[in-house]
Amino acid sequence: MASLKDLRNRIASVKATQKITKAMQMVAAAKLRRAQSAAEAARPYSQRMDAVMANIANAVGDSAGAPKLLAGTGSDKQHLLIVCTAERGLCGGFNSSIARLARLKARELIASGKQVQILPVGKKGADVLKSEFSDIMMKTVDLREVKHVGYENAADIAKTVLDMFADDRFDVATLFYSEFKSVISQIPTAQQIIPPQIPEMDADAEAGGTIYDYEPDETKILDDLLPRNVAVQIFRALLENSASEQGARMSAMDNATRNAGEMIDKLTLTFNRQRQAKITTELIEIIAGAEAL
Amino acid sequence: MADTFTFELVSPEKLMLSGAAEIVTVPAVEGDMGVLSNHAPVMTSLRPGLVSVKMADGDETEYFVKGGFADITPDAVTVLAEFAIPRGELTSEMMAGQRKAAEEAMNAEKDENRKADHQSYLDQLTHFEETHL
Repeated sequence: MASLKDLRNRIASVKATQKITKAMQMVAAAKLRRAQSAAEAARPYSQRMDAVMANIANAVGDSAGAPKLLAGTGSDKQHLLIVCTAERGLCGGFNSSIARLARLKARELIASGKQVQILPVGKKGADVLKSEFSDIMMKTVDLREVKHVGYENAADIAKTVLDMFADDRFDVATLFYSEFKSVISQIPTAQQIIPPQIPEMDADAEAGGTIYDYEPDETKILDDLLPRNVAVQIFRALLENSASEQGARMSAMDNATRNAGEMIDKLTLTFNRQRQAKITTELIEIIAGAEAL
Repeated sequence: MADTFTFELVSPEKLMLSGAAEIVTVPAVEGDMGVLSNHAPVMTSLRPGLVSVKMADGDETEYFVKGGFADITPDAVTVLAEFAIPRGELTSEMMAGQRKAAEEAMNAEKDENRKADHQSYLDQLTHFEETHL
């Protein structure tokens, strides 16, 4: 049985840990607020982008002249998986759940004879996937120095991806990230970005039936729009991810703080019992000694 | 009072401006385009330049935008810009940085057709810089 001194030390160390997790929770809460508002602020752009995309894609239709970025290369042999995770750990199942989704997808594709490449964004996901897929991993995109994810970061990643596409190094690109639903719920999501899934026009918009004039013309605009759409989708994923990461960290740290509290209670109880036992033993010894005289 | 329409200027980071406007001028690729209410639906890409807006309450503002689209419908104009800042915050250092980036992108490009696109983009930037700064 642990001595009183051991117990006292343990209580002190658990208390110190609790202070750290508590502080981390509060930091995550503050960062979450910022990340959430950034994600919300970026929403109008991607929504409008979707609307414009849907509009134009429907206008151009499935005509043979549609650019490859929209219609696909016509094969689905080579896949690129862009896996966005966090740069830091201690955020519950956040990184591992995204990595798990990506791993399942990669295994499935490999099993059906496709070629797979993985572009990890963020160190943590790369670490997890390295053990199984080290030969098909590309260089990790490092965002550790980046405090607030900006559009430029997404544009850089998009450029890498588009250059690869231009070199025919993949046919289909899928983006993995965690969608932020709430502090307690983040959903790992896979989204195909090349060729993009065009949102169906809702009935209202179609009824409006506006026929656009295009300047210079549809294909030119589409050429410009499609690469940009890739960047926007990646940007959105990064923002969702950073909000999710902070949310996951916040709830993980909240749990840790509570567990530490429970542990302290338990240890304190044991400590008090032992102190009592010791006092009782001492008393018995004194009484026994006195009686013996 | 003239008819108004909804004007929105959105950059990837945020919604920069939203409200009822009387007239908007957008720097379309084939020349500046003044838009009033009930304009025919047009979709155009933008060259680097100034978007100027006269809001319904009489406020006039100008924004520098770079890369993007304008989606014009009879009752709304939406400018989707890759980069947008208020005119007042635009400095010549910022422009120089932009131009340098554009030059680098052009030099890195191998495809001749794409190179021409970069070149014309660069020309537009330079022209803007000469005329406005």
